Amino acid sequence: MKPAPFQYLKARSLEEALAAKAALGDDARFLAGGQSLIPTMNFRMAQPTALVDLNGLTGLAGIAEQPDGTIGIGALARHRDVERSAVIARWQPMLVEAVREVAHPQIRARGTLCGNLAHADPMSELPAVMLALGARLTAQSVSGQRMIAAQDFFRGVFTTALSAEEMLVHVAVPPLQAGTGTCFLELARRKGDYAMAGVAAVVTLDDRRLCRSARLAYCAAGETPVLAEPAAGLLVGAVIDADSAAAVGTAAAEVLAPTGDVQAGADYKRHLAAVLTKRALLAAADRARGA
Amino acid sequence: MDSLYTLTTTVNGRIHTRVVEPRMLLSDFLREDLALTGTHVGCEHGVCGACTVLVDGVAVRSCLMFAPQVDGCAVETVEGLAPGPDRLSLLQEAFRETHALQCGFCTPGILMTIKAFLAETPDPSETEIRETLGGTLCRCTGYQAIVAAVTLAAARLRTQGASP
Amino acid sequence: MTNRHFGAPERRLEDPKLLTGRAVFTDDIVRRDMLFAAFVRSPHAHAAIRAIDTAAAAAHPSTVAVFTAADLGDVLRDVPLVVPPPPIDGLVFNKRTQRALAHGKVRHVGEPVAVVVAHSRYEAEDAAALVTVDYDPLPVAAELEAAAHAEAPQVHDGVAGNVAAIAHQMKGDYDAAAAQAAVVIRRRFTYEHGLAQPLETRGVIAEWDSGQERLSVWASTQAPVSLRGGLADMLGLTESRIHVVAPFVGGGFGSKLLMYYPEEIVIPWVALRLGRAVKWIEDRAEHFVATSQERGQIHDAEIALDANGVILGVRDHFLHDTGAYNPYGLTVPINAQCSVLGPYVIPNYDSRFTAVFTNKPIVAPYRGAGRQHGVFVIERLLDLAARQLGMDVAEIRRRNFIPPEAFPYRNGITFQDFTELTYDSGSYGPILDRLLALVDYDRFRREEQPRLRAQGRHVGIGIVSYIEGTGIGPYEGARVRIESNGRVTVATGVGTQGQSHYTTFAQIVADHLGVPTDAVDVVTGDTDRFHWGVGTFASRGAVVAGNAVNEAAEAVRDRLIAVAAEALGCPAARIVLEDGRAVDRDHPDKTLALGDAARRANPMRGAVTPGTQPGLEETRYFGPDAGTTSSGAHAVIVEVDPETGMVEIKTYVVVHDCGVMINPMVVEGQVRGGVVQGIGNAFYERMVFDAAGQPLNATLADYLIPTAMEAPTITLDHVTTPSRQNRIGIKGVGEAGAIPVGPAFAQAVEDALAPLGPGLEVLDIPLSPDRLWRLVDRAKQQCGARQIDALTMT
Repeated sequence: MKPAPFQYLKARSLEEALAAKAALGDDARFLAGGQSLIPTMNFRMAQPTALVDLNGLTGLAGIAEQPDGTIGIGALARHRDVERSAVIARWQPMLVEAVREVAHPQIRARGTLCGNLAHADPMSELPAVMLALGARLTAQSVSGQRMIAAQDFFRGVFTTALSAEEMLVHVAVPPLQAGTGTCFLELARRKGDYAMAGVAAVVTLDDRRLCRSARLAYCAAGETPVLAEPAAGLLVGAVIDADSAAAVGTAAAEVLAPTGDVQAGADYKRHLAAVLTKRALLAAADRARGA
Repeated sequence: MDSLYTLTTTVNGRIHTRVVEPRMLLSDFLREDLALTGTHVGCEHGVCGACTVLVDGVAVRSCLMFAPQVDGCAVETVEGLAPGPDRLSLLQEAFRETHALQCGFCTPGILMTIKAFLAETPDPSETEIRETLGGTLCRCTGYQAIVAAVTLAAARLRTQGASP
Repeated sequence: MTNRHFGAPERRLEDPKLLTGRAVFTDDIVRRDMLFAAFVRSPHAHAAIRAIDTAAAAAHPSTVAVFTAADLGDVLRDVPLVVPPPPIDGLVFNKRTQRALAHGKVRHVGEPVAVVVAHSRYEAEDAAALVTVDYDPLPVAAELEAAAHAEAPQVHDGVAGNVAAIAHQMKGDYDAAAAQAAVVIRRRFTYEHGLAQPLETRGVIAEWDSGQERLSVWASTQAPVSLRGGLADMLGLTESRIHVVAPFVGGGFGSKLLMYYPEEIVIPWVALRLGRAVKWIEDRAEHFVATSQERGQIHDAEIALDANGVILGVRDHFLHDTGAYNPYGLTVPINAQCSVLGPYVIPNYDSRFTAVFTNKPIVAPYRGAGRQHGVFVIERLLDLAARQLGMDVAEIRRRNFIPPEAFPYRNGITFQDFTELTYDSGSYGPILDRLLALVDYDRFRREEQPRLRAQGRHVGIGIVSYIEGTGIGPYEGARVRIESNGRVTVATGVGTQGQSHYTTFAQIVADHLGVPTDAVDVVTGDTDRFHWGVGTFASRGAVVAGNAVNEAAEAVRDRLIAVAAEALGCPAARIVLEDGRAVDRDHPDKTLALGDAARRANPMRGAVTPGTQPGLEETRYFGPDAGTTSSGAHAVIVEVDPETGMVEIKTYVVVHDCGVMINPMVVEGQVRGGVVQGIGNAFYERMVFDAAGQPLNATLADYLIPTAMEAPTITLDHVTTPSRQNRIGIKGVGEAGAIPVGPAFAQAVEDALAPLGPGLEVLDIPLSPDRLWRLVDRAKQQCGARQIDALTMT
């Protein structure tokens, strides 16, 4: 289990990294945390011809609150940084809730949020959270920058809207509206494992405590993270209680297409998604009432 | 972009400069180039935690980093834990006292994980200890004695106002 | 002798090395000009090898050599059987063992086809990727029951139905007993045990010294002396020309027994051929397909009882998956067959198994070694019987225990060690009583469970009993020597993989010689330091080698006292050994240090008289005529979320009896570690193969070893029933914790879900949330159907 040979470039600037990637093409990879890439290289399932190491670009590691309440997270911000960020804990607690489900502390010490999103593993928690929160992703290449909505970013298993030359350099998470509660719930075989089912729920209540809006996004639900908009829409104007939450869970689960694996069958995963939806909606609504 | 990389790193306080193939895993670099064989290799896919070392004070899997990535970094391994040749650190002593190791293969990775953990969490709950240990597999002990060792070490460190 | 060290929870002598990174494991060893090997392995479960092209690999700049089966010469033959089958009447046994490299055919994924030797492991893997093998895939016999069909694809030519063995053991007349029974319960049980997965994988380094004409081998093995014998046999060398060292070994649990593993033969052969040191360290991906596993058995079992819940007889016919080859004989299925009898009086028993070849890796013992399967069958049968008879699960066990006066208890069938399965001693009733008290069983049933059920929570308890045959022969030996500096050296041939032998053997010796344990240096696993031995497995190391150590220490003590009495001019009866000195009891100022005694026993002048020998050194062998029988009982309380199938362990209690304990701290460590492996077996660990024999979860991310988050806090207590098989009364403990967790877990889950209806039965292990959810779903449907029936009838 030793990786195949590759060329290695330790980038000294973002520009240098982007130029190198543009020159090296598709068979080269950016190396940020490497916590998904390096295991597959050790198994020789991935054999990139070159790695462009971003870890020296400490300027990309920031997590900052912008004047409009948006939280910006740079390409080199690690899961551990997200987990410990006071700004995120205060304004986007669901992100902390979800990132704490990502593997184990030693992995979170290296792995980065942007790297996780660019890897686009549909089993991963964070793409679903970004869908639920309506995050905006910034891609950059030698030819410039562009913004991609989270909804448009994930195209398939390990496939994103990024071109071979682009790097995901920044994620912007917009502020939650007043009266909003969030909850991320998942069930995994062991703590730290990929979930058999996982849901990110965002609920905004009006001043009569009826649902003004709701968003539900799922990991482990198909080839991409899934935003269940019609099902979440059923809640608008309704009281969020056990019955309505369960009904939405059932409706949402119907649009999910989880893949059965050695741990759990697809039907069981879909059932779990329904159960978790109910629980997450009730918890999010509780939090919204307290918000 | 050369096919070999020259790196300088401080390991347990000693500076080393070596020329390596970029693909050399940090775990193999420590074990083979620096002969620090206390860091063990258990899975090489980031699950078992036996290879855990500290890079700039943070516990990481050395099988999931390439040697050039510690160029300019400070690395700590199990060999650097004991205060002297015939002495054990307080953390190591707690492991011995509670029988927190059997075959001992996972132990270096667990010690390094806990060293970083206690530095940040001096008064941990059992759940926090177990969550942290969750990133390291032990096939012998059933973990209970390891939890006891960490609890014991934390209490003693607090009493002494010391860092692990 | 007074027990100051023996029996005390002493800190371990091996720990300082292990805690500081100074302990040397196989992969830590570096030899001059050492080369590195990587194996080319079959991607197919069953295929004919048409051709192997090694040219590109050989041309790789780092490659030193590439070898295939065609290069092996005389070494290319079926390896010997490690354990022959026991003498059972009418036994069918078809020996089919592997070769050092696959020749003509591959029979499981991962079977080695070629070996590449290069200047680093990285480069060896680069070159191995260049070897091309032209395979002709063959039909695969993967699933156990399908493989047992007469028309199934044949793993080995001419073995119809893939029959590796058939063994039928009987006592009494089951049919006659069943005819008189008030209750007969019949079920099909499937039990899959998993993989040992020690944290250190296997590994071998070999070096040929042409000057001394000696082969040195460092291997991560549980049986270094046996490995030396195996290598001598395979390579045609005199045993004394082979030196095998098992350095620190990072866990074994059965997976590092003598198996004639291909790599353990090929690497020394390559070292001989090239005249250079060669290292191969198994990586985790290889470990999942190249190291022995345990897997499944399918039991069709029935139990006959009278109206009082007394067992009249048991019948059990089962299939055992033995994998592609059977070098380890029948140890696993024989253990399963014997373990069904448990701690119970079962007057009539009819047990027949068929071991079946499949296109999957070899099945050989992993901690428990088939006992789990057997214990699951009898415990579940008793639970189902209790339910039908309206009896308490603890009470039905109590009514069937072998009573204390019945020991030694002969079971009338043959055990894996070829002797009649005989229990030396046991206290099964008191163990269960202690367990019930510790878990507060009556209160749980009377108050706790009804209270929680009223809150809509699903909480249940499981109570199981078990026995474990331990400490089997044939023998181990030990040499104890007092050194000239007063330290004591103990050498034995067993290996050690975390069992604390460096400490427990020292504790045995320390009391005999009046020295502290840290004055005792224990050497294990080095065939030059002790020539004879068998190995550490089957919970036998402490019992068999420990008794050899004890007897050798006693003999050295006698000689030491004789030397001291002569030196101090007093009768031997007055000599007391304490603090590293011999003391004249009546004249405490007259002392002789142990080192001085050792020098006195090895004089520079004067003769060693005929019939005596120099030095204070003795060697003894211990060969028990039969094993020791440990026993215990486990209780587990679980809470099940019936909506998700998730299970939380709330309480885990073990009462265990391994006879007299050398070091209770070590015993507790063994038991707790075993329980957590048992929890893995019960709920997490399962190696999955598809119909093509491909492993589907061969990573540690997908094969679920419990972490600290899944492991409960385990309450432990001991009952001590000394063994009658040895003078210090000890029994083995290595496997005990792991054995009864499956049925305890199953019973507790079933109990937790009992409010959902009586139809929910847990008959398969491992469980998983998915499996449990399906059971709940089915039970609800049955329950619904019954309610509809009831409505229709009214």
